[in-house]
Amino acid sequence: MTPTAKSRLPVTKTPKVYIGGAFVRSESSRTFKISGADGAFFANIPQCTRKDLRNAVEAAAKAGPGWARRTPYNRAQILYRLAEMIEARSGELVDSLVLFGARRPDAARGMSVAVDRLIHYAGWADKYEQLLGSVNPVASPHFNFTVTEPMGVVGVIAPDSPPLLGLISMIAPVIACGNTVVALASEKVPYPAILLGEMLATSDLPGGVVNILTGFRRELVPTFATHAHIRAIYASVAGDERKTLRLGAAESVKRVRFTDGRSEWFEASAQGLGAIRDFVELKTTWHPIGS
Amino acid sequence: MPARKTTGARRAGLIFGDLWEFDPAPETADPKLKARYDLFIGGKFVRPRSGKYFDSINPANEAKLAEIALAGPSDVDDAYRAAAKAFGPWARLPGAERGKYLFRIARLLQDRAREFAVAETMDGGKPIKESRDFDVPMAAAHFFYHAGWADKLEYVAPGGSVAPLGVVGQVIPWNFPLLMLAWKLAPALAMGNCVVLKPAETTSITALKLAELLQDAGLPPGVVNFVTGAGETGALVMGHPSAAKVAFTGSTEVGKAIMRQLAGTDRKMTMELGGKAANIVFDDAPIDQAVEGIVNGIFFNQGHVCCAGSRLLVHEPVAERVITRLKNRIRVLRVGDPLDKNTDLGAINSRAQLATIRRLVASGVREGATMFQPPCVLPKKGFYFPPTLFTGVTQSHRIAREEIFGPVLSVLTFRTVDEAIEKANNTPYGLSAGVWTDKGSRILRMSTELKAGVVWANTFNRFDPSSPFGGYKESGFGREGGRQGLLDYAKLA
Repeated sequence: MTPTAKSRLPVTKTPKVYIGGAFVRSESSRTFKISGADGAFFANIPQCTRKDLRNAVEAAAKAGPGWARRTPYNRAQILYRLAEMIEARSGELVDSLVLFGARRPDAARGMSVAVDRLIHYAGWADKYEQLLGSVNPVASPHFNFTVTEPMGVVGVIAPDSPPLLGLISMIAPVIACGNTVVALASEKVPYPAILLGEMLATSDLPGGVVNILTGFRRELVPTFATHAHIRAIYASVAGDERKTLRLGAAESVKRVRFTDGRSEWFEASAQGLGAIRDFVELKTTWHPIGS
Repeated sequence: MPARKTTGARRAGLIFGDLWEFDPAPETADPKLKARYDLFIGGKFVRPRSGKYFDSINPANEAKLAEIALAGPSDVDDAYRAAAKAFGPWARLPGAERGKYLFRIARLLQDRAREFAVAETMDGGKPIKESRDFDVPMAAAHFFYHAGWADKLEYVAPGGSVAPLGVVGQVIPWNFPLLMLAWKLAPALAMGNCVVLKPAETTSITALKLAELLQDAGLPPGVVNFVTGAGETGALVMGHPSAAKVAFTGSTEVGKAIMRQLAGTDRKMTMELGGKAANIVFDDAPIDQAVEGIVNGIFFNQGHVCCAGSRLLVHEPVAERVITRLKNRIRVLRVGDPLDKNTDLGAINSRAQLATIRRLVASGVREGATMFQPPCVLPKKGFYFPPTLFTGVTQSHRIAREEIFGPVLSVLTFRTVDEAIEKANNTPYGLSAGVWTDKGSRILRMSTELKAGVVWANTFNRFDPSSPFGGYKESGFGREGGRQGLLDYAKLA
């Protein structure tokens, strides 16, 4: 677009990734070009490295204990606030999805579902404990109860389609129960995830609770697999990447949950207690009764 | 083997324990062993296709107890085929009927409890008082508990429904042979799965005795199949393409190998692996009770316990008192014939395990920790190791980091609550932990901060079928026991 006397040259944004509550470029300064569906250059996206991933894990680990100690009511309100932020700016997210090839009605529906999904999990934050935990009737004079605890840092690898609804659907249950997240956005459509990062930053979510990287799966999946401080993986991957993640998970006995990439992300069946259950540990405490 | 009388002068501080000599009190019930045990496949005992057998010995005296069939690839195939054939009808059976089979198994096991306890002690080396009062009754309790779930499965997963997975492959360890078998079988069967299970190579006998009992119970053929052998057979059971799920209890090293073996599949897994539990004693703890708990925590079953309290973290103000009393208590532990009703520590399960314990204990001495062992005369034959206490242990010592799986306690000290938490969690394991204090709020704080699947507060080594058991971190994933454990054997819809 050549400027003329009447028109104005738009100011384009430098996309940055959201790590530890800050917007940063890749430490390597590497980027990759993305173009809109019309083939026109759109922007350079950070091509994050293993080092960026490690930095993100560090940020997530640092944020972890504080986030886990928030009351469930507080976590619920923060998730709800995040939904408010996204609802208010959903037009911008829909535009970004359309720019990269989504049909507008699909993109609009996807954003509505994404906001509703956050609200769904906001409501879970102070309820799953009573369904997953228990008081256990042991046959000895002990008070015995089982409670859940977050696992810690969870690695999320988002699908390419739908890029944003998939990412939000995977992050929400994981943080609702007190984990922190290092996510890898869709490689094909990374820009909406960068916008999401900007909305996370203006929500009440503490920095470091959700960190979103952009880059190439083939470069980052092996590090997601082997990083010992990532305690669980939630990934929309298939075939060899699944195997890579499982092999890496074996080294530190990491928990893995996969979706098949064909998940019905738009359906209500894509949400619920099951995703939360897979990202909590169960702890059972015994104490004698008597004297 | 009664403890030898020694002079009181060498035992300063000890009030009693050397005043009376114990007479031998052997348990004499007949374990009703067969000379040879075949594989249990499709409801029948069948010879292994290779025709090969291996010896199972009594670790207390190295005498041969029986010959056990060695299962190869085609035997494991046969077992999976039998299980697959049984699966449809078993899963379709009304839950109440499935439950009644499990209730029957529990009752039949209670009927023959003493016989099973003696067999367990002879095969594995654990004291008869433990197999009699803990292993066998607890195994029966697991069957009884899960039996009642079989017709109530719609309550297991709130908001969803459950279905059985299919054929489940299970491999269990040698430390609680019958109990681990019950932990694995009962929930799998209650949910409607069928099972191919491999007991540990040194302790197959009670599984095969249970197979006889399953025949008596009239359990449909193929619902439960036992294949016996060592690690190679275990790998076949874990890696079999027909397994819908595998469940493993054993070392973290083998658990990781299984995870690698199955990395290319979407097989569901439960892993119950190793541990290096911290048992934490604060200065306000009831010291005598704590000492009993520490002893129970590390010397129960000769320390062959994945959740053993093998690292004692003691608050500095009471460290000297606790260690003195602990030594006094250890001096009166009776090590010897597992069949003697007064024995506290029986035989080490195998020559190989004894070698592992000796190697790690030697490393403790070499790395500069101070070793204490009470004077005790060990039997000439068989595998024995005295109760052992290390003081002056630091976090970098191998005896503070590695699972010894023997009667060896490493003592470390701490000054503050935060230091205790930091030290307790400073391990890749996370199976269990113990806390001793009179302060309720501190118990709840510790329980919250300790990264372990089971926390025993002012008690240790307690188990119950209704109480979920399992680890954090490299101690594995999935739970056994309770509603939570049952769900791990279900397909969720």
